[in-house]
Amino acid sequence: MKKREIAYQVAAVAAVLFAIGYLVSNTLTNLEVRRIASGFGFLGREAGFEIGESFFMRYGAADSYLRALVVGLVNTLAVAAIGIVLATGLGTAIGLFRLSGNLLLRTISTAYVEFVRNVPLLVQLFFWYAMITETLPVAREALEPLPGVFLSNRGIYFPSFSGTPVLQGFNFTGGAALTPEFAALLLGLATYTAGFIAEIVRAGVLSVGRGQWEAAQAVGLTRPQALRHVVLPQALRVIVPPMTSQYLDLTKNSSLAVAIGYPDLVSIANTTINQTGQAIEGIAIIMLVYLTISLTISAFMNWYNARVLR
Amino acid sequence: MRRFLSWNSLLTLVIAIVLLKVVISFVDWAFVDAVWRPDTKACRAAAGACWGFIADKHRFILFGTYPFEEHWRPAIATVLLVALWVLSAWRYFWKPRLIVIWAVGLTLIGILMWGGVFGLRAVENERWGGLILTLILFTFGVAFAFPLSILLALARRSSLPAIRALAVGYIELVRGVPLISLLFMASVMLPLFLPEGVSIDKLLRAQIALILFAAAYLAEVVRGGLQAIPKDQYEAADALGLTYWQRTRAVVLPQALRIAVPPLVSTFIGFFKNTSLVVVIGLFDFLSTVKVSLNEPAWTGFGVEAYLFTALVYFVFCYAMSLYSRGLERRL
Repeated sequence: MKKREIAYQVAAVAAVLFAIGYLVSNTLTNLEVRRIASGFGFLGREAGFEIGESFFMRYGAADSYLRALVVGLVNTLAVAAIGIVLATGLGTAIGLFRLSGNLLLRTISTAYVEFVRNVPLLVQLFFWYAMITETLPVAREALEPLPGVFLSNRGIYFPSFSGTPVLQGFNFTGGAALTPEFAALLLGLATYTAGFIAEIVRAGVLSVGRGQWEAAQAVGLTRPQALRHVVLPQALRVIVPPMTSQYLDLTKNSSLAVAIGYPDLVSIANTTINQTGQAIEGIAIIMLVYLTISLTISAFMNWYNARVLR
Repeated sequence: MRRFLSWNSLLTLVIAIVLLKVVISFVDWAFVDAVWRPDTKACRAAAGACWGFIADKHRFILFGTYPFEEHWRPAIATVLLVALWVLSAWRYFWKPRLIVIWAVGLTLIGILMWGGVFGLRAVENERWGGLILTLILFTFGVAFAFPLSILLALARRSSLPAIRALAVGYIELVRGVPLISLLFMASVMLPLFLPEGVSIDKLLRAQIALILFAAAYLAEVVRGGLQAIPKDQYEAADALGLTYWQRTRAVVLPQALRIAVPPLVSTFIGFFKNTSLVVVIGLFDFLSTVKVSLNEPAWTGFGVEAYLFTALVYFVFCYAMSLYSRGLERRL
């Protein structure tokens, strides 16, 4: 390595370190001047706010900030995991529809993809939330599309192991429920991401040569059989890498929950920041958690990709 | 044996019937039974959509809290800004003079929006809002993020390990976290970063977060363009005795950026959609003004109409960009 190259690198690293040092020293002075506490000691203190809904965990206002944040994390993971499954199913179906021989089916799915991809997700989330809370009837006149399943502006109620939903006063009790916030977020994330997944699936199937279809036909497979046994396994090689980034995007996009009031990690961290004033710690927690999730999904998908390529 | 009705035509029939039903009920709701007058009572009584909401609030939705009698200024600025983009889409203008055109255009827009000169009333940027704010966040975001992204992409492809590590660290860090966390950081943490007594306003803070975010994503697209350049181009440039910067400016970048234009436009579309997230930190962009209008007691409960309208406006912008990018892809 030439001397000049070493000098460049030393200068670049020094500049970055200097900039970071400058910001840190400013921050420390500011914290002192404004008398903001630092450190993660607040995590053990009582949170004092309620959380609208939580998966698998019990939580009350008397619990600690740490527990509140964990509830938020579980809520994020729950909506992301269900969203990924729904988006993959819907997206794959629409992607295949776009290749269908049926003109009408092809046109509708193309229109769907174009519309969903060219409107901000946040607008779509607000739209779904308005659809659920404004156009669905009140609990007393809830729609019952399937026996035991009730759609109302209070959310979706359906039977579970704990029993079936029964109307009591102004709302249902018993059974399991999806709140309007969760339903809107899930619906928005799944339908939005499905638009992108459809394009990936379509490109993947198109990448498999026509000869493969013809060969499958020649050995007597029907079109669905050929798709299942010949084309999709080969298409997966093209599909998996971009699919990974869609899954990551969906998980990161679930942070838009804060805008419609679903208590995900970002929304609870935001409340925590507002109450404790400890912005740096709160944002550091958000970023660390998302980085960890991103890296984990990447690692899993890399492993899966290696398996598909084998 | 030929079947009378094939599966395919049966499928067409079923879809056609369902589609017809959906379309008819949508047309009934959106046009036949709709209320177009800004009349809340009529809206609440009607079975159809209430477009009167938009008729009533369109000035606030388009221009936010900008002084009412000065609305012609953001209106002209909006038209100017859209015109600048349309002009830049034209290959005929892909010459150095485009930079001059932009400089003149942006100066004019700045004068119109801020005022304070030529007898225009001064309007501080806290009062800017509506569609023009969305367009400004987008335009300045692209204008600053794009050059930054070229530097980041070059750094990531550099042969110097320390430079490469810094670029990789930055790009992956930003791409690994949600935009919301960067916006929160800009709105609550950035004030702490600055020396005492120095403060920057909310709009600028959000703009900085958007620029830093977009740069990381654009850098990956530019890197894709750089990687597509065959090795012999580099070797030929070296053989001519060009230095690194001469080679990059005259040989590598012109080709790499040309290849990267279609994916760049897709990234721009994503960025345009992402500007709507500033609603979370309380800036009055186009989506925020719609949302705030719905808070007015007279107009609560018309969110479906309001957000359909919003979606349509965003769609027009994004779809135009995506058609353009597809057209380029065919021609390049």
